[in-house]
Parts: sequence; structure tokens; C-alpha cells
Amino acid sequence: MNALLLSAILGVVMMFTGILVKKNATIKTIAIAGMALLFVVNWMELKGTRLFNFDVSGFMSFNSFSLLFIAIALFCTLLFFLVSGGEMQKVGKYYADYFALIFFITCGIILVSSFKSLLILFLGIEIITIPLYILAGSDKKNLKSNEASLKYLLMGSFSTGIMLMGIALIYGSQGTFDVDKMNFVMEGGKTSNLQIAGMMLLLFSMAFKASIAPFHFWTPDVYDGSPTVFTSYMATVVKAAVFIGFIRLFENVFGALSSTWQLWIAVMIVATLFIGNITATFQQSVKRMLAYSSIAQAGFMLFAVYASNEAANEGLLLYAAGYSLATIGVFAVVAKMTDYSFEGFNGLAKHQPLLALTTTICLLSLAGIPLTLGFLGKFYMLKAAVLTGKYLWLVIFAVVMAAISAYYYFRVIQAMYFKDGPDNSFGATALEKYTLVAICAIIIILGLFPGLLLNHLYF
Amino acid sequence: MIALLLILVPLLSGLATFLMKKEDAARTWSLFAAIVTFVIAILGVAVFNKPEHLAFQTEWMGNLGSSFSIKADAMGMMLSMLTAISFPIIFVATWSTSYKKPNNFFGLMLLSQAGLIGVFLAMDALLFYFFWELALIPVYFLCSQWGGEKRIAVTFKFFVYTFLGSLLMLVGLIYIWSKTGSFDIAGFYASDLSIKEQTWLFWLLFVAFAIKMPIFPFHTWQPDTYEQSPTAVTMVLSAIMVKMGVLGLLRWLLPMLPAGSYIMGDNPSTLAVIGIIYASIIAFKQDDMKRLVAYSSIAHVGLMCLAVFSETKSATQGVMIQMFSHGINILGMWIVVEIIERKFGTRKMSELGGVAQKAPALAIFFFVIALANIALPLTNAFIGEFLMLSGVLNSKVTAFGVVYAVIAALGVILGAVYTLRMARKVFLGKTNELTEKGTDITFHEKAVLAIIVGAILIVGIYPQPFLDMMSGLSDSILKSADVIHLLKK
Repeated sequence: MNALLLSAILGVVMMFTGILVKKNATIKTIAIAGMALLFVVNWMELKGTRLFNFDVSGFMSFNSFSLLFIAIALFCTLLFFLVSGGEMQKVGKYYADYFALIFFITCGIILVSSFKSLLILFLGIEIITIPLYILAGSDKKNLKSNEASLKYLLMGSFSTGIMLMGIALIYGSQGTFDVDKMNFVMEGGKTSNLQIAGMMLLLFSMAFKASIAPFHFWTPDVYDGSPTVFTSYMATVVKAAVFIGFIRLFENVFGALSSTWQLWIAVMIVATLFIGNITATFQQSVKRMLAYSSIAQAGFMLFAVYASNEAANEGLLLYAAGYSLATIGVFAVVAKMTDYSFEGFNGLAKHQPLLALTTTICLLSLAGIPLTLGFLGKFYMLKAAVLTGKYLWLVIFAVVMAAISAYYYFRVIQAMYFKDGPDNSFGATALEKYTLVAICAIIIILGLFPGLLLNHLYF
Repeated sequence: MIALLLILVPLLSGLATFLMKKEDAARTWSLFAAIVTFVIAILGVAVFNKPEHLAFQTEWMGNLGSSFSIKADAMGMMLSMLTAISFPIIFVATWSTSYKKPNNFFGLMLLSQAGLIGVFLAMDALLFYFFWELALIPVYFLCSQWGGEKRIAVTFKFFVYTFLGSLLMLVGLIYIWSKTGSFDIAGFYASDLSIKEQTWLFWLLFVAFAIKMPIFPFHTWQPDTYEQSPTAVTMVLSAIMVKMGVLGLLRWLLPMLPAGSYIMGDNPSTLAVIGIIYASIIAFKQDDMKRLVAYSSIAHVGLMCLAVFSETKSATQGVMIQMFSHGINILGMWIVVEIIERKFGTRKMSELGGVAQKAPALAIFFFVIALANIALPLTNAFIGEFLMLSGVLNSKVTAFGVVYAVIAALGVILGAVYTLRMARKVFLGKTNELTEKGTDITFHEKAVLAIIVGAILIVGIYPQPFLDMMSGLSDSILKSADVIHLLKK
């Protein structure tokens, strides 16, 4: 609640800074301070201090799970500001507005991760996506950016329509938007077709937002066309937030119908992992490879929805943190390159040893090598899936795909360390370097002691 | 405490090595660290009868049901000893090889040592998995950075292979954990899995270990990787890393999945004997000495795998002794190959000849090592191979013990053929233009080879203390793996 109100206010504040403040450095400092403030007030709420006392229990519920995820999302956004804030200046001249939009997205993320009414879920998703349409097209003179924005808008509004339709059907059968009051299983263990249809429509639209195959077609073009800094934000924090909404929806709301949707989600996992990994293997551009790999990673995150047990909740938090941190770290370096192809990374270790090292640690985490947070994320997902006791072939399929993913992540490492080439990077400022080192340190420390993060769920 | 030091010393000194800028400093420091580790390992053997010094346990990842639990039992202690003795030998033997970015090279070497010792000592399945990967990553970087021409593609194949194997193993371990609720090895041994579960879990784990050893048909990464890696890394790979797989079979697979091993046991045995014959024949065709030794290693490891699944006491003891002996012998082989390559600039046997005339000391050492490689009596490998073959012959868990033993013995004979062929082509015969200018080996090379030959002869002539050391552990492994006993219960 604390962070929700403040993020909306800060969004407006950032819009006015665009008019009142002329220096970009000041704007950036205000944004970073604002995000840090959001993180602090959210942490206070996690520990029991509420700044505002509105009764929102009718349509939102802030529990430790949602608050901890919001903390992760805010922290990742803060790191994103620190490491990529400078890059945003190159996108266009409306520097403050980009920050304002991201604050609004943050507001949407908080809504999505703590909704209790389906309307709030819808509102949250829309508040997230509408600023994203703008950010995707923010490089106004670039045709690809325009294409990305338009594509995203068209596909996105289509899926929003589907989502509304689903919500309407659920409302029609239940007579309420409040998820706690819903009851899907009628006497005799039957469910009405109206509910099943509504649920499937919601499943499809959420899958679209989370770029799950076969609803992933927009992802590579949008991620590739958007300015790299915003791709990095879109592919990480936003995607993780959608998954939190996804798991809340299916675990809490449709939990009783799990026998109906579990197989569907299992099939989606297979399709997503397969398409994401196989296509990523054949990419020539690192940025596009990361776009497809983010689809593949979404396949792993979908395991949490599939399993919907305690291990899945914990795992999704770890996975969201590990995946977001590592991807932000890699994208920060990609944004510093003049050449996005694999060859462009040749010899980076010689010219920029620190950037190469941090990228390597982030990539190892994405590939799921032990001692990193990425490993624990994958580990929890596998664990959650094994604990369901069903479809073990799914788990084995997933690890085979994880081994394939090592292939394309390591191609970047190979290029950086074992090949020679000219220096294709702009270099990084001291602040960016410190932030990258901090990201890597967090990845490794949490990879060794996940309790540091997860204990906040219970204490 | 000693167990913990065995891991911490190489780990911390390895991390420190990265900071050293001077080549000599990094080299000397890592040799020093390796010797310290060796001394600790000797201390560990000395206090072997007081197990409280050799175990360490502390809280770690409690919410995963895992703890940092390490213990040096007989097999772990012996393999740690092998690792600890190998690294100083490797560093001294390759002393004059210079590397680009030496601090990274030696740092990664020591990190891989820490990972290897960790694998040998881990008594918690998740910890075991962690170390399993920790040993792999530095080796991956070592091979890709300092290897031969085709190193990147070859090492990558190696990496993806082993990574896939270890992930499958991870699924198996998580599944067993889901039944027991803890990653502790004792709980894993006591897990009450149905026969069907054991059967497919067997394959998940076996594939991981088979890739590492490697067992036919999972071996295709091995000759290329051995050939392309810098020799120091090849030594680590073949002398020590291979043992990770064998240890995995003995400590994790067999006692954990007794019924699975009993039902499926004939499959790995069959693969192993196919591998023995196949690798021996290919070894015979090789011209490159590195590739020859690589294939001979597949044959030797195949015999170990066969012996593991015979589930008899003599074979189990034989495998444990042979793990140590094979490490020592193949280390000796690589050192000789490395010396020859450094002296003459080639590893091709067809281009060499008459080296014995020019380097008699090298020739003497080589012949002892070669005889050990073909398991002649009085050498260390004889003890191991004899025990293993007799164990396979008397195996009660397979109906084909005799067939396997006969084919495996045939492999031993083939081993003699290709090893002696190499000895003849390289060391005997007339000198040619290339070998004409050869000189004998230097003092430190002699010292290293003397240590190896000494180890070969000591174990070969008086193996009793080693057999005694392994006896208790062999009994307990076989007791856990005993299906007939389980059925009665």
C-alpha cells in the first residue's frame, strides 16, 4: 500500500521534473532517489509499518508473498536505473518522461501482484502495458522501434480484450469480482462450462502477456525493436510481475480446477521451452538471442504456475530475482556495444575485463550453474514440479532444454574470452561498474544463501 | 577439520592466485598451495583411524533440507590423496611450460582441485552436485583458453555433454529427496523407493556418471578433449576427474538404488565390455600418443565400471585400488608424452623412434609405467585388475560373469599390444632426423617420474595396507547394495 500510492505520486512528480528541471543528471538522481524511497517504504510495510490507513481489503490483499515480490521488483528497477539510467538519455529527449512511465508501470506491478479482485488484475495489467507501448516506440525516428510499438499495441489490445471477456464470463457465473468469494465447484463436483471458458480465456491472455508459446510471436520483434534499455526492463521486472499475477490467479482463484488446466499448462511449458531454446540457438544477434532466451526462461517460470505449491511460490520469487538481476546485468552490457552480433563480443575480456566478468557471471546464472541464484531458481522449479508427483517426463524434458540453453549462453562467453576482436564497446562509468559488480555479488551470495531472501516470507 | 582444510586450502589459494600479476609468483604460489594440500592429505591418512578429524558438518541451505556435510571415508580419503599428490606432480612436470595469463591458469587449476576434492568428500547430495559442477567450470575455462587449435568446439562438446548428464542426475536427486525430505546421504541410502522408481532413476544417475567416466557410447567427447587440452589439464581430466564417475557409481548409485542396479546392472556391464574392446582396437590404430592414451583410459575405466556392477567384495576393493593406481599410471603416461612433445615438437609415433638411445632414463621410467599400464605383476595395476577380474568372474548378481571376465581379460591383452606398440615405435628402433638431437630428461623430471614409479612399485609389491583400508567400506557398500538381503527384510 505504501509503495502503491507513492509510486503513482512519484510518476506525476517525474512528469513535472521534465518541465522544471533542465539537467539530465538531476532528473536521474531524483528518479533513483524516488525508487530507493519506494523500496524503503515497501520494506517497512513488509516489516509491519503502514504509512497509510485506507481500507482496501475488498479488492487488494498485501501479504508477505506479494510484498516480498514487490520489494524484489523495486530493487531490480533501482539497479536498472543505476546501471542503465545513463543509456536512456540516448533514446530521445524526453528523459524525465521515461522515468515517469516506469514509475507508473511500477504502480501497475504492485496492483498485479496484490490483486484480490479480478478488476484490479485487469487494471494492473493495463497500467503496466500502456506505458510499455510508449516505451517500446520511444525511439521515434527508428522504424523498428515504431514497428515494435505498433505490433505490441495491436497484439496487446487484442489479448486485453480476451482477458476482459474471460473476466466477464467469470463474473457472469459467479456474480462477483472478489476472488475470495468465488466458488467454482458446484455440488456433485461439477463445474459450469461458462467458468471453464472464462478460465481458458484468462489463461490465454495471461500467457500472451508472459510471452508463453504459442502466444509468444510478438516477443522477439518487440524486444528486438525496442530501445535496448527498455527491452531489458520489459523482459525482466515486467515479465516477473505478470508471472506473480499469473500464479496468484491460478493458485488462489482457479486452484480448485487444477485438474482442468494443469495439462494445458504442461503442454505450454513444453512448447515454450522448445521454441524458446531451439530458436535462441540459431540467433546471430545477442539481443535477439536474449529475447528468445527470455521466452525459454518464461517456460521455466511457468513451472511455478503448473505446480502451484509452496515450493513454487518460493521458487518463483527466487527465479524472478535471479532472472531479472542477471538479465539486467547482461542487457546493461549489451546496450554498451556497438555491434549486437556474437562476433561483436569477440575479445571483450581483453578490452573490458570487468564488463566481461560480470556478463559471464550473469550468463552462468541464466544457464543455471550452481553457486548462482539462477541455479536455485531452476532447482526450486524442478523441485516444485517433482513434488506434484505428476508428469515427470516434463521435468526431464526441461533439464534437456536447460542443457541446450547452456549452448547459446556460453557462445557469448566463448566470444568474450576465447576469441580476439576489436573493442566494440563504449565502456562504462564507475557507477555502472559498481552496480554491475553489486548485481553479481547479489547473484552469488543469494545463490549460496537463499534463506537471506526467503526468510522474509515467514518472519 | 582436515576434510574442510582439504577443500578450503586450494579454494582460497586459488582465489588468491587470480590477483598475482607475475608469472613466477603465480607458479610458485600454486605449487606451494598444492604441497600444503598434499601435507594435509598425508595428515588425513595418518589420523585415518580417528574419523572425528575427518568429518565436518555445518548448517547450510536449511530450507532445502541440505547441509554442508563432508567426510573422508576410505574411498574419499584415497581419492583426495590422489588429487593432492597429483597436483604438485602436475605443476612440477609442466614447470617449464609457459602460459598466457598465468595467474588465471593456476587459479583455475586450484579451483578445480577444490571442486574435485569436494566431490570426493561430499556426504550430502546437493553439496555433491554443487562440487560436481564446481569442478567442471574451471576445467571448461582451462581447456577453452589454453588448449589446442580446435579447443573451443571440442571443449564445448565436453561441457554440454557433462552439463546435460549432471542435470539429469539433479532430477534424480530431487526425486529421491522428494521421498526422503533431506539430501543427507544416510537418508538417501535408507530411501524406500519402489522397484519401478529405482529402475528409471538408475538411468538418470548412470548417464551422468557414464558421461564423466566415460563409458561407451557416451565417450565421444573424451579423445578430442584430451587431445586439445593443455597437458596439465589433460592430466587433471584423466587422472582425477574420471574418478568422479566411478566414485559416483560406488558411493551414490549402487547403495542408493540397489534394486535398480541389480535389475539394470547387466546393461552398464555390457556397455563397459563393448567399450573395453572397442577402445582397445581404436587405440591400436592411433598415431597420436595423446589419443592412444585417451582410448586406453576408456578401456581401463570400462573395466572399473564392469567391476562395480559385479557387486563382489574383491571387485569393489579392486576398483578402489585401481582408481588410485590408474590415476598414478596415466599421470606418468602423460608426463612422458608431454616431455616427448616438448623435446621433439610432435606426438605422432610415426615421426618418432629410437628415443631410448638418446634419453635412456626417460625410457626406463616409461617402460615401468607402460608395464604398469598393461597390469604386469608387481605393478599396482596388476593388483586392481586381478581383483576386479576375479570379482567379475565370481559375481552372483549377473548370469554372464564368465563372459564378461573373458572379454575384459581380452581387453587386458589388447592393452599390452597397443602399449608395447607405442613403446616400440617411440623408444626403440633407429633414431631419425627428429630424434637425433634428443637429450635426456632433467633432474626435476626424473624426480617426478621417480615418485610415480615408486608409487607404482609400492602398491604393486605390498598392497595389503591399502586393501585393509578399503575392506570396511567395501563391506558396507555391498551390504547396502545387497538385494537378496533387502528382499529377506
